[in-house]
Amino acid sequence: MTLLAAGKGFEPPSSRDFVFSPLFGKGTIFTKPMLIIIVGSIVIALFFWLAARNSKVVPGKLQYAGEAVYGFVRNSIAGDAIGHGSRKFVPYLVTLFSFIFVMNISGVLPLVGFSATSKFAVPLFLAIISCVIFNYVGIRRVGFATYFKDMMFPPGVPWPVYILLAPIEFLSTVLIRPVTLTLRLQLNMFAGHLVLVLCILGGAYMAHASGALPALSWIGFVAGVILTFFEAFVQFLQAYVFVLLSALYIGGALADQH
Amino acid sequence: MTGTIHGNLNMIGYGLAAIGPGIGIGLIFAAYIAGVARQPEARGMLQSIAILGFALAEALAIIGIGLAFALS
Repeated sequence: MTLLAAGKGFEPPSSRDFVFSPLFGKGTIFTKPMLIIIVGSIVIALFFWLAARNSKVVPGKLQYAGEAVYGFVRNSIAGDAIGHGSRKFVPYLVTLFSFIFVMNISGVLPLVGFSATSKFAVPLFLAIISCVIFNYVGIRRVGFATYFKDMMFPPGVPWPVYILLAPIEFLSTVLIRPVTLTLRLQLNMFAGHLVLVLCILGGAYMAHASGALPALSWIGFVAGVILTFFEAFVQFLQAYVFVLLSALYIGGALADQH
Repeated sequence: MTGTIHGNLNMIGYGLAAIGPGIGIGLIFAAYIAGVARQPEARGMLQSIAILGFALAEALAIIGIGLAFALS
């Protein structure tokens, strides 16, 4: 983000805002998103460690908060989407949810202001982990050949349709699922960041412009504040959706063919 | 310089492409609201289904904005 120089036209935010220079000078590779990921991971680990330490029958405030996060994922995501046998996957899903949520919500935190998940590599890596897990679970349940046969040749279809259906199903499972998981999370954070930056920069530009524009600059700032709250909601929703879809894919791999 | 607009036609294309998922998401939540109004006790089950449908329809709009930036 560059501050506006006097006399120049308005520069809208673009994908250049997502490229950071290294924090510790030239030649190093450590950038702001990496710092957010490391600090966020430490915060999550500390939160759950403190919540689980000294657990009592009547929970304290912190233990209650930790149990609320765990219970939310266990009951309303894993329980609904996977059903029987969901307990094994709850630790992974809780980790995934809390990691994505913290990485997302850092986009609206003051002084941080950047979602680490709007860098392409972060959601891609998480989606690949999910993809490997649900394929591994399916293969281990029925064996390699049966898993791919069940996936590519669902029963109850006239045979010429398989020419079209088998490659689509195969690509959908091994490629399109992780790619859409990645794109959905990354571009939601990307677009949200662009909209917030546009509102604030637009307000700042109008405040320094000539004519009637300074009187209208409050619109940009008010819209920025309102959209910040909306963005926080979207960030929670996207973390929920990512984990819900991962759980549904795992559930689909676990379920028997009907 | 007055009177000229700078920008990328991709964004107009993206705006047009977002109409479809917009209508789709509207239909999904319309059905969800109607379902909850008829049967309030089914809210929990309908909610996860509605959000799932929302996520799948939204993927189209999201792919659109991704391409709008990628193809510039």
